[in-house]
Amino acid sequence: MIENLLFELEMAAPQVILGLVNGAFYALLSLGLAIIFGMLNVINFAHGAQFMMGAFVAWMLLAWAGIPYWGALVLAPLLVGVFGMAVERTMIARLYKLDHLYGLLLTFGLALIIEGVFRNGFGSSGLPYAPPPEFGALDLDFDFLFLPGYRVWVVIASAAMCLLTWLVIEKTKIGAYLRAATERPELVQAFGINVPRMMTLTYGAGVALAAFAGVLAAPIYSVNPAMGANFIITVFAVVVIGGMGSIMGSVVTGFALGLIEGMTRVIYPEASATVVFVIMAIVLLTRPAGLFGRG
Amino acid sequence: MADTTIAVAAPLSAHEEAGFLGFTRAQALAFGLLLAFVLVSPFFLYPVFLMKILCFALFACAFNLLIGYVGLLSFGHAAFFGMGGYVTAHAAKVWGLTPELAILAGGVVGCVLGVGIGWLAIRRSGIYFAMITLAAAQMVYFFCLQAPFTGGEDGIQQVPRGALFGVIPLGADFTLYWVVAVVFLAGFLLIHRIVHSPFGQVMKAVRENEPRATSLGYRTDDYKLMAFVLSGTLSGVAGGTKALVFGIATLTDVNWTMSGEVVLMTLVGGLGTVFGPVVGAAVIVTMQNYLAEFGAWVTVIQGVIFVACVLAFRRGVVGEIGNLLKVRL
Amino acid sequence: MTINRRTLLGAAAALPALGGLPFRSARAQAANTIRIGVLNDQSGTYRDLSGPGSTQAVQLAVQESGIAAKGVTVEVVQADHQNRPDVGSTVVRQWIDRDGIDVVVDVPTSSVALATNTLVREKNKVFLNSGAATSDLTGAQCSPNTVHWTYDTWMLAQSTGGAMVRAGGKSWFFITADYAFGHALERDTGNFVKAQGGEVLGAVRTPFPGTTDFSSYLQQAQRSRAQVIGLANAGGDTINSIKQAAEFRITRGGRVKLAGLLVFITDVNSLGLEVAQGLVLSETFYWDLNDKTRAFTQRLGAMPGNIKPSMVQAGCYSSVLHYLKAVGDMGVAAAKASGADAVARMKAMPTSDDAFGEGTVRADGRKVHPCYLFEVKAPGESRGAWDYYKLLGTTGADQAFRPVADGGCALVRS
Repeated sequence: MIENLLFELEMAAPQVILGLVNGAFYALLSLGLAIIFGMLNVINFAHGAQFMMGAFVAWMLLAWAGIPYWGALVLAPLLVGVFGMAVERTMIARLYKLDHLYGLLLTFGLALIIEGVFRNGFGSSGLPYAPPPEFGALDLDFDFLFLPGYRVWVVIASAAMCLLTWLVIEKTKIGAYLRAATERPELVQAFGINVPRMMTLTYGAGVALAAFAGVLAAPIYSVNPAMGANFIITVFAVVVIGGMGSIMGSVVTGFALGLIEGMTRVIYPEASATVVFVIMAIVLLTRPAGLFGRG
Repeated sequence: MADTTIAVAAPLSAHEEAGFLGFTRAQALAFGLLLAFVLVSPFFLYPVFLMKILCFALFACAFNLLIGYVGLLSFGHAAFFGMGGYVTAHAAKVWGLTPELAILAGGVVGCVLGVGIGWLAIRRSGIYFAMITLAAAQMVYFFCLQAPFTGGEDGIQQVPRGALFGVIPLGADFTLYWVVAVVFLAGFLLIHRIVHSPFGQVMKAVRENEPRATSLGYRTDDYKLMAFVLSGTLSGVAGGTKALVFGIATLTDVNWTMSGEVVLMTLVGGLGTVFGPVVGAAVIVTMQNYLAEFGAWVTVIQGVIFVACVLAFRRGVVGEIGNLLKVRL
Repeated sequence: MTINRRTLLGAAAALPALGGLPFRSARAQAANTIRIGVLNDQSGTYRDLSGPGSTQAVQLAVQESGIAAKGVTVEVVQADHQNRPDVGSTVVRQWIDRDGIDVVVDVPTSSVALATNTLVREKNKVFLNSGAATSDLTGAQCSPNTVHWTYDTWMLAQSTGGAMVRAGGKSWFFITADYAFGHALERDTGNFVKAQGGEVLGAVRTPFPGTTDFSSYLQQAQRSRAQVIGLANAGGDTINSIKQAAEFRITRGGRVKLAGLLVFITDVNSLGLEVAQGLVLSETFYWDLNDKTRAFTQRLGAMPGNIKPSMVQAGCYSSVLHYLKAVGDMGVAAAKASGADAVARMKAMPTSDDAFGEGTVRADGRKVHPCYLFEVKAPGESRGAWDYYKLLGTTGADQAFRPVADGGCALVRS
């Protein structure tokens, strides 16, 4: 009995970390969605595709320009972010006066285009991207199992990025403008702040977060055009659970659901894909606005 | 909610409201043309292709009922369409039901699912509604993948078309076409009838201004739920009919890409128009038919059409024509 | 016609749709022309494996058949079924009803293959399947118009399960995609493992689709202390499992081997040898297997995407070559008149080609040939691009496929 329990505990410890890894991606992606939604009132359906772009750009930088992982971690979000800003300027900006649903439809179309183009260019079997060897130092090697250092890094990097984003929004002047513009755009505009430019930058930042997550994911998952589509529906459910009112809320919900999903994989693996949706249903029944939502 | 709602049709002026089955004169004319097309086309065009269009047209009309008249965008309609297909296929193949009963079974399952998902989803509106329906449909997808009766990824194959009322064999494409045509026309007219009933008027009131409708004493949630259930039921019928036409029911029809496709059809034809979904379904099915030889670019072109419609063409084909001719179609 | 004319005009604005409208009347057909339709995945998961490469292989078969010298013209068209049965069956119907297609080739994705199987039988044409895995094509749903050429699930399970145990992998743990296909693969393979004296220690069912992180399942497999982790899944799931097994060093020290139950050379290519090394898998064709396969690959020339032919593409070549031999033998008119007769002639003739060597087509429509168990080389062992496999064992043609009596095919029951 006790031996059994110890065995379970031994199993559980690494599962917590593995759950957090998935949670890290949920957190980064739902954070990006929340920022974009907060400012632009657009649900960015292309978020999964932009996540995928991040991974592909990392692959291209390595394969075509010889730029290694660390360079990609900085460059890929920038490049994809710039792409996002171009999309915002040329397309999304035209929709602000319309129903929010048009933003959803537009970005859905964008997601189809991006996925299709990458599928044409790179096939759909996926491309290899090796994790940089430096992470060997972080490897956790117990005799009964091995935990790659890269996974540990993903959790750390994602938590740090979420914290950084939160600090920028809550503690800096730019963040203050952003929050103000979210509440009362006309007033902020009247103070001489260029609100359209802030919207462009915000969308770029949200997209860059997705791309950042994509670069983190590249060494773990196969770099393929469908990798974002696999994630995005679950992330939507995470967003519904957390509610999109608070930045911190989306991060916490992301990590928590990753953890719950991770534990489900051990206890009842068959349910691990659906557990997030079940939680969503329960939350909707009890708190329709979401755990951290406002009204 | 935003300043502008998603529906585009202008309110009717009094003298327009008239005529046959609640159609305006222009609509009656358009309906006559549609009817003529349905009657004449199988003599020129390939019947299976036409039946596919009619099934998707009914599906898109059912979807349009929700977005066009209640203002709710569902991103999970594949759940009804696909489950309808599975249940019809199962009923026809395993239970040996006649085709009309099998299709009815598809409608019933669409109705039941509509109650379940609708009950959950109408708690939120707008973008949240879209995401919730998407997630709920994903659950249905998982269910279909697992449930033994759906045959997993092979789907239900070799579904017999059977004999209508146990008498008229439907094996020939040309015969089956008329059954599908009747199902489509019945569904189309039913939706039209509902929209022009007092119930439909309240639905529109909910879309335009929900708080006001509430203050007038309408229980708006009940209306939304009823619209959702109706839409789900008709989607189930459409899916069931499609399963009989092709003799298969598979995971494709419950996948979320199918939910996206029906949105695209309705968008191309014109959200909230009477004839838009039909035209949109015809355009998209024709396009897929044509593009089958081009392979990898299908999704890209569909995406481009999505983007183009949202940016420059929000009224859709029928909406633009109506605007040009200054009538509602 | 206002609305509907405008429908068409609307579509025409985006693309010349009128040409795509399926008119009812069939095209005029030349009596001495064979039309081959290659139907497969040109845009999704199986594109590299089949896709345009299959068409290229079919064209080579047409050239090499020498049928042109007999005054027969062969036309090859291709289409994308997008892995959707409704799209696939629409294409096949129109091909047969309108375009006068005589043979449908390839068709990966079991659901589309089964739908095509039914249709082709109904219309009495010929279906040469190379891409699909389901053994139902020669079992419960076998048809006098269908030949299932390259591989099937039974064969994969038997070769990987049985031959692996003989090679020393006695105890197994399965990571199974939680749907019918995965369950069947797990069950079949488990039976062969047990039949050879091995044991199955357990299995974990992973949600399908949507599982991207396999690490916790891999760890559960590792905890079982099994010698072989069987991957009863396909496509992206298999790729992710293998990739993460390498990341978590599941196979380090060579104590544990990974066995892929449905892995193709294109998957190995996308994984890279660093990750895929040590993986055990079964195929019926490998481009670098012998002089003949190398010569075939050479003749095929550069493939789209710079890949080497997969067994599915080789199967398209081999099946079309054999079909055209049968056509040459019985005459175009007879072959076009009845697909079932053409297939019967194919069954009566022994097969021989560079890709699969000598073989036969059985009464149930199963093409039989040897099957090979391969291990993926370590990067140090590989001598160049696409030098991926080393041969672990061969199962003879008589053993490699499910015995006719066990399939439950109605064609052979009498």
